[in-house]
Amino acid sequence: MSEERSEEPQAKPEQDRPEESDSHALPAEEPSAPLEGETRKQPVAPRATRPAGPAGEEVREVTPRERKRMNRRELLKLVPVIALGAFAIPKLQDPLLMDGLHLSDWASGKLFGRHRLAQTFSDREVAAFDDFPYNYYDVVDPGVDLAKWTLTVEGLAQRPGDYKLEQIQALPKVVQNTRHVCVEGWDVIGNFGGTRASEFLRWIGADTSARFLEVECADEYYESIDMETVLHPQTLFCYEMYGRPLDRGHGAPLRLQMPTKLGYKQAKYLDTIRVTNVLKADKRGYWEDQGYSWFGGL
Amino acid sequence: MATNVSAIEIEQPTPITVAYEHPWIVRVAHWLNAVAVFVLIGSGLQIFRAFPSFGPKIPQKNFIDIPKAIALGGWLGGALQWHFTFMWIFLGSGLMYVIYQLTTGHWRQVLLAPRDIKGVWPMARHYFLFGPKPPSDAAYNPLQKLAYTSTMFFGAMSMLTGMVLYKPAQFWWLAWPMGGYHFARIWHFISMCGFVAFIPGHLIMVLLHGWNNFYSMITGWKRDPEYLD
Repeated sequence: MSEERSEEPQAKPEQDRPEESDSHALPAEEPSAPLEGETRKQPVAPRATRPAGPAGEEVREVTPRERKRMNRRELLKLVPVIALGAFAIPKLQDPLLMDGLHLSDWASGKLFGRHRLAQTFSDREVAAFDDFPYNYYDVVDPGVDLAKWTLTVEGLAQRPGDYKLEQIQALPKVVQNTRHVCVEGWDVIGNFGGTRASEFLRWIGADTSARFLEVECADEYYESIDMETVLHPQTLFCYEMYGRPLDRGHGAPLRLQMPTKLGYKQAKYLDTIRVTNVLKADKRGYWEDQGYSWFGGL
Repeated sequence: MATNVSAIEIEQPTPITVAYEHPWIVRVAHWLNAVAVFVLIGSGLQIFRAFPSFGPKIPQKNFIDIPKAIALGGWLGGALQWHFTFMWIFLGSGLMYVIYQLTTGHWRQVLLAPRDIKGVWPMARHYFLFGPKPPSDAAYNPLQKLAYTSTMFFGAMSMLTGMVLYKPAQFWWLAWPMGGYHFARIWHFISMCGFVAFIPGHLIMVLLHGWNNFYSMITGWKRDPEYLD
């Protein structure tokens, strides 16, 4: 990677140069070197303190040797800056960046509140259906057999098993106009209908004190969501867009819809959901396993 | 031994005048911020490459093609890692500096005041059109104040617009004075342009003022400051 360029020019030269810039002063200093012990007894304090500079700078008159010592001491105090050089070391770079990502995820989790709602919009502000992009990682239509489709529930739930779409649709329906934000930088306001994930989880007797909801999709996409977000009132098991059943490109028959998460968290073509306390390190999410933020919160 | 000591006493080197121009906290904040701003620009450009437009996804009209050579992170995910790591260093060093300036009262030396505005043009004329050097006994001349004040402005702007982009569900109310969520992305880009405009001018000035001046931003001490004697 090319990031070294940004760190090196600032950090490197300062380490070598003081010697050079002081080189003219060195001959005068040389004879005193063996006398380190004796000269120590003399006060190292400034020989004279002059009136401060125009901005109140402290002004001193010092010997070249004292100046060198002062400069070296100040140079050492720049350790926090030199430490940034660790980002240029290939072995340390990835772990450090993951730490940064985890810090951001941690702060995002703190900012997130289950009762703080994402902005909703009037019908007038909703983009035309044709302007709502079909975004997919592999295939736009994984060929789900809609007639035979069921949602498989696994993990910490009292009633695991297979659920038909009609059963999910029988739960109270929520319709919302919310902003769908893609990690790439584009966004679109859409109209979504479905049942609250919290509603469904309650209905199947899920342990909502568990930490995660894992989802697996017909296109082999997979995701995991923090329970706090799953239980957010705007988090939907979405089966409708723009008042019509979800079409194949948008994830028929059922997808996650969460205006508090980036698009890549909002898995489509849901196949299996699992309530769990444990995530496998390499199964946190399709994109997350390649380096995206796991929290992915908005 | 004894003769040696007396020899040194005789050959006492002539003292050097040094002034402590930049306290530790300012220097650390400066260099952390300098590194962070390069990383944030580079990774920000890589992020922008994922969707180089300020309009809708459909139809997508690209605003500018950012060459991969000046982008950092390799791909969107890598760039986001750099961005989400160094935003903390940028924020931390920025706050460190601002809090220091506020508590010491030194902000008066740096912040462009209305009375400084008339001095900006003579200073710019001196540097860019070889005009006479306006006399100044302040720590920073009006052009410097304008430059430094604008970096603080762009810094604050980049962080506020960044918060809206990063957490629109939480900070949607903050988007309102920016003209909405889409404008936040435009302002975020403009704040980057502000730094891109500042950096070359700043570096040219550093080059013009030589090693001694540059070195004072590293150790704090400036040798033979030009404002004395």
